[in-house]
Amino acid sequence: MPNKFPLWKNLMILAVVVFAFIYAAPNLYPPDPALQLSGQSSAMQIDQAVLKKVEQALGEAQIEYFAGEADGETALIRLIDSELQMRAKEVVQAEMGGEYIVALNLAPTTPQWLSDLGGSPMKLGLDLSGGVHFLLEVDLNAALTTRLEGDLQEVKSSLREEKIRYRSFELKGQKIIGRFRNEQQVEQATSLIRANFRDLQPQNKQGQNPLTLVLQLSDIATSQIEDNAIKQNLTSLRNRVNELGVSEPLVSRQGKNRIVVELPGVQDTAEAKRIIGKTANLEFRLEAEGRIGEVFEFRDGRSLEARLEASPVITGENVTDARASYDENGRPQVNITLDTKGGWQMGHSTRDNVGRKLGVLFIEYKTKLEKSLGSNGDMQITPVPFVEKHIISLATVQSQLGKSFRITGLDSQRESSELALLLRAGALAAPMYIVEERTIGPSLGADNIQLGVKSVSIGMTMVLLFMILVYRGFGVLANVALSMNLLLLVGCMSLLGATLTLPGIAGIVLTVGMAVDANVLIFSRIREELASGASVQGAISAGYDRAFVSILDANITTLIVAVILFLIGSGPVQGFAVTLSIGILTSMFTSIVLTRGLVNAIVGGRKVDKLWI
Amino acid sequence: MSELKIYNFMGLRRYALIFSGILLLASAASLFTQGLVLGLDFSGGTQVEVGYEKPVDVAELRQHLKNEGFDDPVVVHFGSETDVLIRMQGQPDQGLADRLYSVLKISDEEIDLRRVDFVGPQIGEELRDKGGLGMLIALAVVMLYVAIRFQFKFSVGAVLALVHDVVITLGIFSITRLEFDLTVLAAVLAVVGYSLNDTIVVSDRIRENFRKIRKSSSVEVINESLSQTLWRTINTSMTTMLVLLALFLFGGELIHNFAIALMIGVGIGTYSSIYVAATVMLAMNVDREDLIEPEEGELVDDLP
Repeated sequence: MPNKFPLWKNLMILAVVVFAFIYAAPNLYPPDPALQLSGQSSAMQIDQAVLKKVEQALGEAQIEYFAGEADGETALIRLIDSELQMRAKEVVQAEMGGEYIVALNLAPTTPQWLSDLGGSPMKLGLDLSGGVHFLLEVDLNAALTTRLEGDLQEVKSSLREEKIRYRSFELKGQKIIGRFRNEQQVEQATSLIRANFRDLQPQNKQGQNPLTLVLQLSDIATSQIEDNAIKQNLTSLRNRVNELGVSEPLVSRQGKNRIVVELPGVQDTAEAKRIIGKTANLEFRLEAEGRIGEVFEFRDGRSLEARLEASPVITGENVTDARASYDENGRPQVNITLDTKGGWQMGHSTRDNVGRKLGVLFIEYKTKLEKSLGSNGDMQITPVPFVEKHIISLATVQSQLGKSFRITGLDSQRESSELALLLRAGALAAPMYIVEERTIGPSLGADNIQLGVKSVSIGMTMVLLFMILVYRGFGVLANVALSMNLLLLVGCMSLLGATLTLPGIAGIVLTVGMAVDANVLIFSRIREELASGASVQGAISAGYDRAFVSILDANITTLIVAVILFLIGSGPVQGFAVTLSIGILTSMFTSIVLTRGLVNAIVGGRKVDKLWI
Repeated sequence: MSELKIYNFMGLRRYALIFSGILLLASAASLFTQGLVLGLDFSGGTQVEVGYEKPVDVAELRQHLKNEGFDDPVVVHFGSETDVLIRMQGQPDQGLADRLYSVLKISDEEIDLRRVDFVGPQIGEELRDKGGLGMLIALAVVMLYVAIRFQFKFSVGAVLALVHDVVITLGIFSITRLEFDLTVLAAVLAVVGYSLNDTIVVSDRIRENFRKIRKSSSVEVINESLSQTLWRTINTSMTTMLVLLALFLFGGELIHNFAIALMIGVGIGTYSSIYVAATVMLAMNVDREDLIEPEEGELVDDLP
């Protein structure tokens, strides 16, 4: 048996090796600490003049920087000392003012020719870079209830307009229940609702009281409302996150009713939480006349309290935008924009109420954990949601209001921007609760990287030594394969944009340990073949062929487990599953194809009496 | 090289059965009576890690926290004398980090708020369900794969070996009261992968020998197969153990238990691939007849 590879196979191996080197290389260049500057609105020009101002401010504060780049939309200033990154941010923010967003960033230092080839370093997970991770649960039932409450009012008023009399109409759970005096009224009401309220479905159950009408949201309407609620919450979360100034935030939907927010590199976690965790909603209500209505306190605690009407004119759902600005006289104000429906309702309600006051209620949904004794006597902790309502603004209506209006008479720019922020923040379609939160300090992240690198290198060294001790010459080949495997694994992960986490590093270490298994199998086989009297070339060929079946079966089953791990796991476990899976695939290539190529090149086609194995 | 020595592994299978039986019973008893010490990922709650410059007395810190109105805090050292892990029930509200910072700062020295984790009770419960479900799915899929590639008796042997490894690994975590968190769950699933790898390699050899060796008994064939794969089994376990040792010693506190779970699992997995799978197959009277038909799985690929 000649044990020679055809040229194309050798070229393929060479191509893979080159590929691994190129795409693993960007990880050798550590990123620079940097500041990223962008404007509050996309219309703002970030040009050389702006950059110059920033550089001047840094110079005055004696913070050293490399050089700045500005491309019209954003500017990036690379700093020399990462310790001073936070201070630099404060200096620049103070100099540039609230119009600009200053974010901490890590600027890649990948050489141009590598990034031209699509090379980039691996992304670091939060446990390595430091930052905050939130998992928020959107209370979809609340969104449905809000919608049904609105529908209830509209159904009642259209029944009144059509002069269809009813005894009562109320909301019970997720159902609207109407009671009538006779069956004719029920029929009239049913046909009116069928015609005008497509989303509401009258229910006809056997044994149901013939004088009641039960209405439920249709399945399509329900899923539409839920979908919209999540989407709107995602949008307002993204807006809030942008206000934080984070360079690469992640805000995405997870499952049916959850949203993940990841803010890498955030150091002031309290601030992040204040803005993200502000699960809030808004209601615009007229001030009550007389003793009816509800009494609320002011959020800032300055004024005592005020009495507002029981039902809102519009809610935060109708608010599309709110911005702080200045009026003609340079006094701070807040401009509010509503959607069409909200504008119509606002006009309708304020037309006859000029001169009365309109209050804005800020509603926060919070959770507290309460202890209670379970049925079997052990302590149970249950989350109890509760609601806090405060007035954030109470202003006199000067004229009929429409789609866009403004709140004036604010004392300071601080107050106006705070109010605008609250108004925007309140524009959530459904309340959210934080169900998981993980904050990793930057020092811990740096420690984790160090520990990871240390354990990979020590583990690797021990395996390399072991292989040389046990398999001598062939051990060296296995070690070349193992090193290539590590390189290929890193290259693949960088190219695929996979995120490296601490469990991911553990996965790499484990891969290093297990990857040699294939070579151990092959080499043991070759030894056996030699022992049973086969020729050197025959033993090599048979060793590889026979071991292949075992290796394939063993790796496929491990891969199955890794895939399941990925599917069921969350963040950290997925990181582990990803590296394990990629590692299995790359190790099959390096330990079977690459070592065979090396063996063939060294002993193939030659007359060899003894193998150094 | 000399002729391969054949060890009489199966002659000892009665003792192995007793050994496994004791381990399984002890594990099951501990799991049923005292269960696992669930980490934050599964139990829910709030956990804060703080780094001090000088060593801290945890009892003192605990009392201090209690005096400041924190409800029933658990305070332990984490990795070193200067690192402290504080666990509380309840959700971190907006001011928690600030409040803790001011309370924990007992002297002038700088303290480092290294991480704050909060896991809601519903998340913990979901993770528990998902973890258990994942384990069952993994076992089912593996059983199916082995049944197709090999034979039903092999798949029963492989899956029982896996169950054996998982139960004992969990059992040791339960007996030693080590904390079971998400990384340990990942480790246990990795143990499934590893132990399977081992069992497959051994089964592969048993299948090959059943077809090749015509006149020996099942016990002899299995003994020969185990002896042939013995060095491979030991060497692979050695390299894996070496890297796990590196992780255990240098990987840091966060993956400490991950490394322990894998070390236990790899140890038990190595033993089970020799004794459990083969013993089960013998108990089911596996013999040549089961494999007489060469399956389409015989690879004719010309890849090396």
